[in-house]
Amino acid sequence: MTARVRRPGRLAYGVLILAVLVSAFPLYWTAVAASRSNADLARVPPSLLPGPHLMDNFRQVLAEADIGKALLNSLIVSGSITVGTVLCSTLAGFAFAKLRFRGRGLLLSLTVATMMIPPQLGVIPLFMLIARLHWVNQLQAVILPGLVSAFGVFFMRQFLAQSLPDELIEAARIDGASTRRIFWSIVVPVARPAMAVLGLLTFMTAWNDFFWPVVALSSQEPTVQVALRQLGGGYVHDQSVIMAGTLLGTLPVLLVFGLLGRQIVGGIMQGAVKG
Amino acid sequence: MTRTDTTAAPPRARPARAPRPPRRRPLRQAVSPYTYLVPFFTLFAAFGIFPLLYTAFVSVHRVELQTPGTMEWRGFGNYTAVFTDPFFWTALRNTFTIGVLSTVPQLAMALALAHFLNHRLRGRTFFRTAMLLPYATSVAAATLVFAQLYGRDFGLVNQFLGLIGIGPVDWQTGTTASQIAVSSIVIWRWTGYNALIYLAGMQTIPAELYEAAEMDGASPWQQFRHVTLPGLRPTIVFTTVVSTIGATQLFGEPLLFEGSVSGGISHQYQTLGLYLYEQGWGFFHLGRAAAIAWVMFLLILLLVGANALAAARRSRKEAAR
Repeated sequence: MTARVRRPGRLAYGVLILAVLVSAFPLYWTAVAASRSNADLARVPPSLLPGPHLMDNFRQVLAEADIGKALLNSLIVSGSITVGTVLCSTLAGFAFAKLRFRGRGLLLSLTVATMMIPPQLGVIPLFMLIARLHWVNQLQAVILPGLVSAFGVFFMRQFLAQSLPDELIEAARIDGASTRRIFWSIVVPVARPAMAVLGLLTFMTAWNDFFWPVVALSSQEPTVQVALRQLGGGYVHDQSVIMAGTLLGTLPVLLVFGLLGRQIVGGIMQGAVKG
Repeated sequence: MTRTDTTAAPPRARPARAPRPPRRRPLRQAVSPYTYLVPFFTLFAAFGIFPLLYTAFVSVHRVELQTPGTMEWRGFGNYTAVFTDPFFWTALRNTFTIGVLSTVPQLAMALALAHFLNHRLRGRTFFRTAMLLPYATSVAAATLVFAQLYGRDFGLVNQFLGLIGIGPVDWQTGTTASQIAVSSIVIWRWTGYNALIYLAGMQTIPAELYEAAEMDGASPWQQFRHVTLPGLRPTIVFTTVVSTIGATQLFGEPLLFEGSVSGGISHQYQTLGLYLYEQGWGFFHLGRAAAIAWVMFLLILLLVGANALAAARRSRKEAAR
């Protein structure tokens, strides 16, 4: 922690509380607008308190936009991407941190170099590939490309390089343990906290991903974000119903965030220092 | 990056002695390490590297969305088509203005917030977590809410402005107004995130530096200016690069602000990312979309290069002082 003994004054608290209010208000407003009728929203002056129509709006949006299916799809997609990414990143991160082999530096540099390249730039060939495989409108079209996380590999490598003593591995080798045995019974237990943080960040990113799912999926097999795109695309005109859909699509992530926000904050700050 | 063995003995005249034992090889067989990389690199090659490189190849062909399997050589035809399209230039200009409008205030505010977060606060975790709420909100959700707030007739923003005597602003059709509105979504989502990145950077600045500055009678502002800012320089460069790349890629916000691929009635807030999508999935010209992607890539390289140059020049200036 910082060793600065700066006492926060009124100004510091004032600015920070304002920032919190600004951060939270749009989300609060989503809930308010979702709980009112459309007529309420067109009233002057508007009410800033929740109304009684939340369940009606939920029912309507479930009927009109198939949000239920979208939520399930998002859960499948984000869950698979999280498990796969954490596993691949831990395996590769372990090799980069603790094993010696030809081309290690080169492969790691290649991985880190692509971290800065936005995936959007490869989106056209990726779409052609998916089309060739007949995966358009199928969840694997979003899951498999989502497993590629250069950041994840780098994150796990940094963590293991710092937190896994070489002596531990040496000792296990002298006892005759194979690399595989070492991985499962030493590396994974040590890496668990970093795996959890990476999993959280990955899940959030996958749940909120927009560009590629919009390209690869359609209304037949939507994720939440694709469903929201259709909601905003003009065939639902009821603002309160659109807000109800937005609220439903955001709630799962906010729930995760409410429970584990601390770890997410820690993960982002850790990644920043090492990045 | 790589560890080196520090077993080198200082050179000296060595008496004959038993040959050194062979260097310990930490692995049984040379294959083993690579097996740990196979899952990641297989996916990385297929879905990461290949599409990036192949974009250049696609961009010199005619490829239509309905028949993504057939490619017809076009040379630089896609590029000339893009460069002669006035909407490309509109999108380029919009990307630039929205990029500046969203990045500059965002990073300035993040820096200020990080400074306040770096005090000994009560409820530190609460403040940090609350500031990350927008980051946890998806682009789609955030944009739909903001579009509602910016509604011309009943939007909360105009109602509030009405209270202080400003007439209703048409956030959807006015060029400047709509670009400010779109930028504000980006600012809302990313300011807290960047504040945490800066905070992490601030916490690596040694406390002694502040103590020394305090001894020299530096005011809090002078401390910020001469200790915090120089210490944060690498972090600031990093966030500038990341935000620049993000701004070039803007897509969700302009698409959902009104729900049309054209980014407003007269393309007034269509960004390059949205223009690419419109060409590829609105007009079915995948080849042309690939050309746009390639142009975007070069643009990013140019901007990042300019960033790096400016940073290097600044540090040289500092050193010369």
